[in-house]
This record gives sequence, structure tokens and C-alpha cells, in this order.
Amino acid sequence: MPPVGPRSGDAIFANVERVNAELFTLTYGAIVRQLLTDLEEVEEVNKQLDQMGYNIGIRLIDEFLAKSNVSRCVDFKETAEVIAKIGFKMFLGVTASVTNWDADGTCCSIVLEDNPLVDFVELPDTCQGLYYCNILSGVVRGALEMVSMKTEISWIRDMLRGDDAFELQVKLLKQVPEEYPYKDDE
Amino acid sequence: MAAIYSLYIINKSGGLIFYKDYGSSGRMDTNDSLRVASLWHSMHAISQQLSPISGCFGIELLQADTFDLHCFQSLTGTKFFVVCEPGTQHMEGLLKHIYELYTDYVLKNPFYEMEMPIRCELFDINLTQAIQKDRVALLAR
Repeated sequence: MPPVGPRSGDAIFANVERVNAELFTLTYGAIVRQLLTDLEEVEEVNKQLDQMGYNIGIRLIDEFLAKSNVSRCVDFKETAEVIAKIGFKMFLGVTASVTNWDADGTCCSIVLEDNPLVDFVELPDTCQGLYYCNILSGVVRGALEMVSMKTEISWIRDMLRGDDAFELQVKLLKQVPEEYPYKDDE
Repeated sequence: MAAIYSLYIINKSGGLIFYKDYGSSGRMDTNDSLRVASLWHSMHAISQQLSPISGCFGIELLQADTFDLHCFQSLTGTKFFVVCEPGTQHMEGLLKHIYELYTDYVLKNPFYEMEMPIRCELFDINLTQAIQKDRVALLAR
């Protein structure tokens, strides 16, 4: 069998089963709302959303790899491009762009102009500290951890807080080598 | 007639999380299948270290007199391998397909615990279909 090249985000998005966008948006809204009721503290909700995202990410990565046919990335720059161009397209139907690289190529921003999660959302004054889309950062963190990259992810810009786009800063902390921990002296 | 003798899935730490027998030849009990899985896990790891080619990701095909063993390792470290009749073709494609089934019916099952043995009926059903299809395709070739 000849090796199959990576598929474009559009091609995969066209092939996977989808649900109504509104149902998706409203379901996510209901989850956030319920978390706010249960946990009361906005900070705790941020944490919980991140954890939920992480739990999704560690499973989602395999589906991404299986269906996109992407092979090993040569560096973190390629990884970021793949997440933005194929990952976001495949699962959210939107394309993101990668900018703001630092000098040593370990920190960048993924910018989302369009975000289906926030279609009907207006953040009330009582929830100003809430990162409404914190689940996304968790997903990316979880997914990258499964392919041996430890990252730290934070929101730089948030349209719900009056910015002009969503900007996710992804910082590569360390790359855990895949080799088995062989220790000859043990 | 069975082109595929058995299928194994090993998690990233080398534990056997799925094993299925097809046909009568080479049938093994649970202990043997666990032994094969952990042996293969170690051999795969050692082969990466011994390979003269840098950037080697381990054995993909082992050919023996009585069977072929095709292995596919995902980038997350899960290994899928089939033991089949010598010379059976198109196993890479089948393994990729099984990987897709695994992501759909195992990982998306909210009650499946990561790295634990797979007990998902939907996965079993779809897997059986995939293997059967592969057999039909083989007969047609």
C-alpha cells in the first residue's frame, strides 16, 4: 500500500459525522452554567473546564492521528501549524492562525477569529474572571501531552472580554523523550 | 481458512488490553497471549535501539516460517499487531482501520478507562465486520 499523505482539515471535516452547531453551542453553555452553579467560584470553574478539556484531549489525539494521517512533526513549529490548520478545522470547523513566535520557537499564539462556542454568549459582570472557552486550552494541553509534549496554555485575548479575537498562548515546557527508561545499572 | 490468526492491542506501557483469536491454528490461552504481548513490546523497544538506521520506530513486520506478524504503532504509543498466514497482503491498511475503530468505539466510550483492557461491545461488532470484509476481499483477490 502506498503511504497516504496527510489529509486537509476541510476534507476530514466534510467526512466526519456532525451535530447541529446550535445544539453543540447550547450544550456547552449549559455545562458552563451548571459548573458555575455547582462550584460557585469562577476560578474553580476555570480549573474544572481545563480538566474536562484535558480528559477529552488525551482521547481525542488518537482520533486526530488516525483520521488525519499526519506523521511525526519535525519541530514544535510544525506541531502548532498542524493544530491550527488541521486540528481546529477537523473538530470545530474553524481555522486558526499561528503567530507571535518567540526567538527559540517554543512559544507561540494560536489565534481564532471565529469560535462556535461563544455564538450566543455575553459574559455578565459577576463572571468577569471566567475563561469561558477554557475547555479548549485543556484539550490542546491533553492532546500534546499524549505525544510527549508538556505545554502550558493561557488565554491572551478573549472576545468575551472585549478583545478582537481569541488568542491562545501555547508554551512548550519540555519534550519528554519517548525512549523507555532503560537503566543498565538497575 | 483463516488469513488472520489473531489480533493484539498493547497499551503504551506494554500491557495487553485486547486479544482476539480467529480460526483454529495458533490458538493460545490467556497466559500465552499475555506472554506474546509483553515479549513483543520489549522486542519492539529493543529493535528501535539496535536498528542501524537512526530514527527507527521499531519492527513493522516479522516474517517466520509459519506466520507473519504485522505491527502498527500509533504516535501515542499504542501498538496494534496481527499474526497472520505468511504472505498475507494489505495488513497495514487493516491495522490503520482497526486504529480508527479503536478511536471511535473505545476512546469515545465515556466508560472506557484509558490504558485498561478493552471491553466494548460496539468495538467488537465493528471489528468483526472489518475482519470479515478483509476476508471477503482476500477471497476475491
